[in-house]
Amino acid sequence: MILLKLTLRSLWNRRMSLFLTILSIAVSVMLLLGVEYIRKEARQSFLSTISGTDMVVGARSGPVQLLLYSVFRIGNATNNISWKSYQEIKKNKWVDWTIPLSLGDSHKGFRVLGTNQDYFKYYRHGDKQLLKFQKGKPFDGVFEAVVGAKVAQKLNYQIGEKIVIAHGSGSTSFTEHKDKPFTVVGILAPTGTPVDRTVHISLEGIEAVHIDWVNGAPISGYKISAEEALKKNLKPEVITAFLVGLENRIATFRLQREINEYTREPLLATVPAIALAELWQTIGNFETILRIITVFVVIAGLLGMLTTLLSTLNERRREMAILRAVGAYPRHVFFLFVLESLILVVLGCLIGMLLLVALVALAKPWVIEHYGLFLNNWLPSSSDLLLIAVISALAIVFSFIPAIIAYRRSLQDGLTVRV
Amino acid sequence: MNVVELNNLQFRWKGQSQNTINIDDLHVQQGEHVFIKGASGSGKTTLLNLLAGILVPDAGCISILDKDISSLSHSARDRFRADHMGIIFQQFNLLPYLSVIENIVLPCNFSKRRKQQAGNVHEMAKQLLEHLGLKQELINRSVMDLSVGQQQRVAVARALIGKPELIIADEPTSALDTESRNDFLKLLFSEAEQQGSTILFVSHDPYIAEKFPRVLDLHTLNQASSKAQTA
Repeated sequence: MILLKLTLRSLWNRRMSLFLTILSIAVSVMLLLGVEYIRKEARQSFLSTISGTDMVVGARSGPVQLLLYSVFRIGNATNNISWKSYQEIKKNKWVDWTIPLSLGDSHKGFRVLGTNQDYFKYYRHGDKQLLKFQKGKPFDGVFEAVVGAKVAQKLNYQIGEKIVIAHGSGSTSFTEHKDKPFTVVGILAPTGTPVDRTVHISLEGIEAVHIDWVNGAPISGYKISAEEALKKNLKPEVITAFLVGLENRIATFRLQREINEYTREPLLATVPAIALAELWQTIGNFETILRIITVFVVIAGLLGMLTTLLSTLNERRREMAILRAVGAYPRHVFFLFVLESLILVVLGCLIGMLLLVALVALAKPWVIEHYGLFLNNWLPSSSDLLLIAVISALAIVFSFIPAIIAYRRSLQDGLTVRV
Repeated sequence: MNVVELNNLQFRWKGQSQNTINIDDLHVQQGEHVFIKGASGSGKTTLLNLLAGILVPDAGCISILDKDISSLSHSARDRFRADHMGIIFQQFNLLPYLSVIENIVLPCNFSKRRKQQAGNVHEMAKQLLEHLGLKQELINRSVMDLSVGQQQRVAVARALIGKPELIIADEPTSALDTESRNDFLKLLFSEAEQQGSTILFVSHDPYIAEKFPRVLDLHTLNQASSKAQTA
């Protein structure tokens, strides 16, 4: 007990220089745990976006690419697939439900997704939850739109708002479909997925705004008004991709093979979990490097502590001689140093964890804003606690160096107090 | 009873050709106040480290309280020192991060015997402070706020707490002016007498020597140094 008290008081006496030591440990621990956290969160977030979907089908490209552009709205589709193929696969006996996806337009920087009512019926996210409406209802008419929570919040949209859709996915698109405004009829509840950042309209709506366009550009002098468009045949000819839910997951690979071997057009069916695994594998090397770097940062922090301890050895010689004179054993001197490092590293870890909690809390709104990813609050997992235990053990091992030096000196110096 | 008894004590630092300490015979009775005069380099500190059980003699024996401490193990000597000796240094005796009272009771944290003998440790510390002429309101102050003279008195209180039999003082007055030096000695003597503690006081200051009933010259006592000089 007296050793703990002496250590604490001695540390407090030197708090100014030790504060920086603790801080450097704290920052390194924060980095280490933070990298781990981001890794898990990213995986969790991606997985929850696609939790209820068994298969994604699109034009032939890479499975990762298909998944990224169709579900996560990252990047663009290379090609479309025909409505005919979609209808054919939809009728397959193993298919329970499908959700058609038609991408390519945007609204003030938010992606516009053409789909149908099945989207609200079958799309599941998070813990296999269906989409919920904050206000309003699914779209019904051609010029009706349902906006995600983030879209409504950011642009301050209410039910009944008239919005104009722009061609292309950039936030500064100059070609807008001004002549055919949409009315917001529903606002979705937040999901923490890209859905929050999406404007949903019907496939017919997508067709309608492009009816007087050819090859991705408006035909000059040829205009069809919104009213006229409604009278035309708005059956879509192409879509970007579609999501598939199966009757029974056992059929997954048979259906996948059937689609991949589809002869009328080159299609690609991908199982989200497998595509994600492929994505993580690609990122995995990078993650490993990042991890190794953070481990070294932690070691650097501990070496910093060791340097501080070693540099104070001389000025603390008197302290040790006094302790020896009042009856402390050399092993007490040894433990003083071990205890000191342990306290420093535990404080460093605690502050590091607090920093991480604060950082995540601060980053949360920003990440949702920019990436539509919902971050959970950081809480130490059992593996994090294990890491901290390992760091503490390492600190104790490091502290043996100054402790042994002090121990030896206290035997040599004895009661001789050197100034 | 002899508190200190040295017989044919020899000690040589590693790498030196001559003995630093070579004392045939030295007896100090219980309650004696002994002044050991020695210039720097005469082996004073070495002798104190031998008496305190930090160093082990190469030959001969050191008996403290009729116990041959040179035959004890390392930690037994450490325990023996903690239990039976109070040590006062030249200066900077105190741990700067502890308060006055925490510094005084420090030996009681390492020695059960001294804790028991002190009884109520805090009361005892206050009592000692009072006897040494320090104000009660100082007890919770940082030792950094004290003058050098006050610090040395706190060091005396710490050496005396728990009634150790032997007080070893290594030039404790060298940092004090003449007046506080005399006060210091008076207080040290009266407190040690009250407790029945023996004092071994090492210094080179002849004025202090006058105050002691028994003065030993390390020069003559230590044949090693006289031999070295004649050689």
